[in-house]
Amino acid sequence: MADLEQPGHAQPGHAQPDSAHHRPTVMTSGATFGVSPSQTVGPFLHLALGDPDEALVVPVGTVGGIWVRGTVTDGNGDPVPDAVVETWQTCTGDAAVPAGFVGFGRCPTDEDGRWAIHTVKPGPVPAAGRRRAAPHLAVSVFARGLLDRVVTRIYFADEAEANAADPVLAELVEPARRPTLVATATEDGYHLAMRLQGEDETVFFAL
Amino acid sequence: MTTPEPAGLPAGYAPPAPGTNAPLASPAYRSTGGRAPSRPLVPLPPGLHELTGPLFGADRVRPGDADLTRGPSGEAVGQRIVVAGRVVDADGRPVPDTLIEIWQANASGRYRHDRDRWPGALDPNFTGAGRTVTDAEGCYRFLTVRPGAYPWGNHTNAWRPAHIHVSLFGRSFSQRLVTQMYFPDDPLFFQDPILGAIPDPAARRRLVSAYDHDLTEAEWALGFRWDIVLRGPLAVPFEQPGEDDHG
Repeated sequence: MADLEQPGHAQPGHAQPDSAHHRPTVMTSGATFGVSPSQTVGPFLHLALGDPDEALVVPVGTVGGIWVRGTVTDGNGDPVPDAVVETWQTCTGDAAVPAGFVGFGRCPTDEDGRWAIHTVKPGPVPAAGRRRAAPHLAVSVFARGLLDRVVTRIYFADEAEANAADPVLAELVEPARRPTLVATATEDGYHLAMRLQGEDETVFFAL
Repeated sequence: MTTPEPAGLPAGYAPPAPGTNAPLASPAYRSTGGRAPSRPLVPLPPGLHELTGPLFGADRVRPGDADLTRGPSGEAVGQRIVVAGRVVDADGRPVPDTLIEIWQANASGRYRHDRDRWPGALDPNFTGAGRTVTDAEGCYRFLTVRPGAYPWGNHTNAWRPAHIHVSLFGRSFSQRLVTQMYFPDDPLFFQDPILGAIPDPAARRRLVSAYDHDLTEAEWALGFRWDIVLRGPLAVPFEQPGEDDHG
């Protein structure tokens, strides 16, 4: 902790630390530092978070590649055109890790609230308490009007047996709300409608 | 980029102290009205996905990405500033090799974005986006111009205080953070419902950078220091299915 009180990387030729001018911005309380609060991404997130390559968790053409597509809508059912959806998955299935697998996908929503990433379906995922979770993606949604990201998951409808035994989906989420976390099969992958608020509101998690 | 080894994972990450994060439904910030979830968040026992995260290396960053002041035809307009600091977790441990992405308005308060209709002048030499990776000590440094304040429609005569949007990945999905950095002594803080939505005043102050004369470069740029604190791990290790029981 003490080293935070010093300038971390003063460069050669610079004046020595002068306590009259240097104020550490991190406030300490007891043994730990207070965490930096979250703020909204605002409406112009595309300037930094919108690189089209980031939607490709695996390159197009990868064997077993699927498109996971979705929509983000608000409490009125209107599309959210200034959100960004991020997915994270480890490669935990039996299959070898595909070439170019990065695990992380990111796609801003378009005018109709649509987003899509190209990935491979994950295998079962180690869960808390030495259990196994059904295949799923960990998902963050950021948007104008969200002061913190919201965290959710995407499960897959054709994993009914694994989903029914999933320690989160089957045990912590009330039955009527489970479909909000389960993507349905499409021609080239899966689709899930996410609703930030209102009827059929997506289940969001506290980490 | 690599996936971290699953061995040695924490059981989870300690939540921020109460009052650190704004309630998702914060009526003074009107856009939360139709977007904040209305149902309580479901507590999630973290699994492997929540305890790991993408590790972006220097491959994610091109030379010059941390310098926002050099445009295609010259220097960006505005007050040149250094923004630098350290990324640590709540236990004070440095967070090395983590990607930091920033975006901001130009010196007129205008974003280079189709949806920004505020008639501040655009600057052909300023895109307003940059990225870097923290070093082994968790340190980062950007060269940019001081963003301008700009009006918005949230309330009568509403102005956003000057700010820089900042995105960090940390070492795991649980540490992911997107936030905003502000400038010291901004007279617009009192009426800003986004910074003001954070309940704890001490937490609010953590988003405000400090003028740092040691970072200021003679005859070149003013220096602002801003340290960032991500959530810290819980001590108990994460035990995976099939691992030997050491008890």
